[in-house]
Amino acid sequence: MDNTKKLTITINDKEYKVDPGQTIMQAADKCGYHIPRLCYHPKLSIEGACRVCIVEVEGMRNFIASCCYPVADGMKIRTNTRELRQARRDIVELLVDNHPEDCHTCERDGNCELQRLVYSMGIRHRHFTGERKHYEKDLSGASVIRDPDKCILCGRCVRMCSEIQGVHCLTQAHRGFNTVVMPAYNMPFAESVCSGCGQCINVCPTASFVEKNYTQELFEKLNDKSLIKVAQFAPSVRAAIGEAFGLAPGRNMEGQLIAAMRRLGFDYVFDTQFAADLTIMEEGSEFLERLQGNGPLPLITSCSSAWMKYVEQFYPDMLDHISTAKSPMSMASAMIKTYWAEKMKIDPKKILSVATMCCTAKKYEATRPELDVHGMRATDLVVTTREMAWMIKSAGIDFVNIKEEKPDSPLGLSSGAGAIFGVTGGVMEAAVRTAYELYTGETLIDIELADIRGFKGVKEAKVVIDGKELRLAVAHGLGNAHKVMEMVRKDRNRFHFVEVMGCPGGCIGGGGQPYATANSIPLDEEALRLRAQALYDLDRGKTIRRSHDNPDIQRLYREYLGRPLSEKSHELLHTHYKAKLPRGIVSPELKIV
Amino acid sequence: MAKTSTKERATPATHEEKLAELKAHMAELQKQENAQSQLISILHKAQSLYGYLPNHVMDEIAQTMGIPTAHIWGVATFYHYFKLTPPGRYEIALCLGTACYVKGAAQILQAVKDELKIDVGGVTEDGVFSLAPARCLGACGLAPVAMIGEKIHGELTPKKVVQILKDYRKQAEKDK
Ligand code: SF4
Ligand code: SF4
Ligand code: SF4
Ligand code: FES
Ligand code: FES
Repeated sequence: MDNTKKLTITINDKEYKVDPGQTIMQAADKCGYHIPRLCYHPKLSIEGACRVCIVEVEGMRNFIASCCYPVADGMKIRTNTRELRQARRDIVELLVDNHPEDCHTCERDGNCELQRLVYSMGIRHRHFTGERKHYEKDLSGASVIRDPDKCILCGRCVRMCSEIQGVHCLTQAHRGFNTVVMPAYNMPFAESVCSGCGQCINVCPTASFVEKNYTQELFEKLNDKSLIKVAQFAPSVRAAIGEAFGLAPGRNMEGQLIAAMRRLGFDYVFDTQFAADLTIMEEGSEFLERLQGNGPLPLITSCSSAWMKYVEQFYPDMLDHISTAKSPMSMASAMIKTYWAEKMKIDPKKILSVATMCCTAKKYEATRPELDVHGMRATDLVVTTREMAWMIKSAGIDFVNIKEEKPDSPLGLSSGAGAIFGVTGGVMEAAVRTAYELYTGETLIDIELADIRGFKGVKEAKVVIDGKELRLAVAHGLGNAHKVMEMVRKDRNRFHFVEVMGCPGGCIGGGGQPYATANSIPLDEEALRLRAQALYDLDRGKTIRRSHDNPDIQRLYREYLGRPLSEKSHELLHTHYKAKLPRGIVSPELKIV
Repeated sequence: MAKTSTKERATPATHEEKLAELKAHMAELQKQENAQSQLISILHKAQSLYGYLPNHVMDEIAQTMGIPTAHIWGVATFYHYFKLTPPGRYEIALCLGTACYVKGAAQILQAVKDELKIDVGGVTEDGVFSLAPARCLGACGLAPVAMIGEKIHGELTPKKVVQILKDYRKQAEKDK
């Protein structure tokens, strides 16, 4: 058959020309019919489990699941008959029959896909009084917590964790009424291979997966007069937090966020982007060191916390390739409790260092004992973009209309390079800008590296520094990270420098970012693109676009650290990674059935 | 050669020997294409060697076959056949075959469940008993029948079976 020939179908008695080779659902989407759906996600394999997406096709005896049935020429499809509506409603009613009646007190109230689905089905009361499942919550994880009672077994988390993230932490164990999503052996999350990336939270339609929430604790501490409350926030938070307030994706809310945090009670608001510049100074210098033969190549970036836990469990034999530079969050916290505290003559024990991150894994990172400075925890609390948005709302701050403010000095000023840290490829681009100039002493003219921008899973590029060709690779999402690691394992000379971000799209797609709204889907590519654009625009709008040109970075080295990789830098800004158990199983071929 | 009957788990091989046999089995399968699809066969083998599926054995299978542990767990919990906890010191195989059923096996089952406070497939907290259903044990003349450990007990009544369980428990305590 000629694959380019259009098919003629009718949907609800209207005729449409559609492309062959797609499902009924995909075809209907393009014709303006949004068939209800639940287990389907465009980035994941098709499970066909929930049957919410049923349609009527003339000549077929039963309703069919439109997400897994190919469209064919002459098909007469109906999406909204009385019988269909009834059947769909029955299906969804069955789901909620086994679901707690908790909406008022639920983390996802108002943000819940199941809630929206139930509402759109016209289900206005509940009849069911039979047996409802009940399991213990798993509160053991530092990043992600799990409440099986809220699970409707759509399987999206399991597919996300295996197909996109390659972690394979989750499975649907047992069967029938007793089915539960859990890690192997029903082990507590804290003991599992979970990377903490939070992507299961992003795709879960309900509150079955949520982050470990620190908002109440933070509200308490913000009221504690004896503490000096210091905030920092990641690049990607500003690019996404507006969505939680109903704004379109891609609005940079940096100034509003700073203003809101001051109103929440923070005494100082610094910017993680400053520390991103610092990371580039250290990591870029480390790269140059290794390029001159001191240490193994490729150098692999280490700023993504989920990626670090993944590497420790899945690639413990390759830890010597990982940069020893701490993440920007941990660098910022280390500088807050040493450099800044000394400068301000403040007892660092009185400082409450709080990071607002696009990431759930950063909650785990903050608990790593090896990141302590002078016996103190560097980052005391980590909240996600979602948690911060909730706090701002809960405190009654008019976020959208608030007058913008600037971050505090001396850990607030950042270059454009620091801003693009939040997008896949950004760390590499930022590092090249600085490494080039540190190495050659010349100014890099064309500082935008088009080859490593965009959302291709693994991107490769070449740059020439001082006559030497350097091969670069960039991966985002742990599944792609795995691909790049296998390339490196096969041929250690293939790349000089590898950037890995644990989440799809980089931090902009982090597991702590605002939930998809009613007319969007989790990890919608267009939304990610707009968030990325916000950061690229931020970069372009700055006069300082290279980390080493940031005057506050220069001052920090002058006053305190000396130079990159100095003894003091090593003490405060570098760390080491250790193999961790349980050992992860790298299995790209397997599709979980 | 290790014994493969799950009922006589008495004392075949050491852990090392069992593991070696399991690994040989996996190595054989790995020569075939689609070795990963042989998971069920491997789990059967493991259960026949160990009497159940210990976590550390599933870990071995995961590492050797490159199958994520969570996936193995999903399969192992899906099929009722696979046991995930060590069987009790005395495995009770209660016959639910036709002859026994007609003679009141259901009441016997209820009595056993009540006495031991476990369900079919469960193990008592002290690890002394585990309970599994059985099809005809070939002793229909004695129906209703249960096999406890290696011994057949026939013509059971709810009262009688409870007494028998008490005797076994006493024996177990003495052995301790
Ligand atoms: S998960 Fe959704 S439907 Fe369930 S209780 Fe929470 S808000 Fe309600
Ligand atoms: S946080 Fe990430 S690694 Fe952990 S279970 Fe969720 S998706 Fe998997
Ligand atoms: S935890 Fe959430 S994503 Fe996973 S199966 Fe349950 S409802 Fe679906
Ligand atoms: S969305 Fe089609 S079966 Fe779930
Ligand atoms: S039916 Fe029970 S022994 Fe035959």
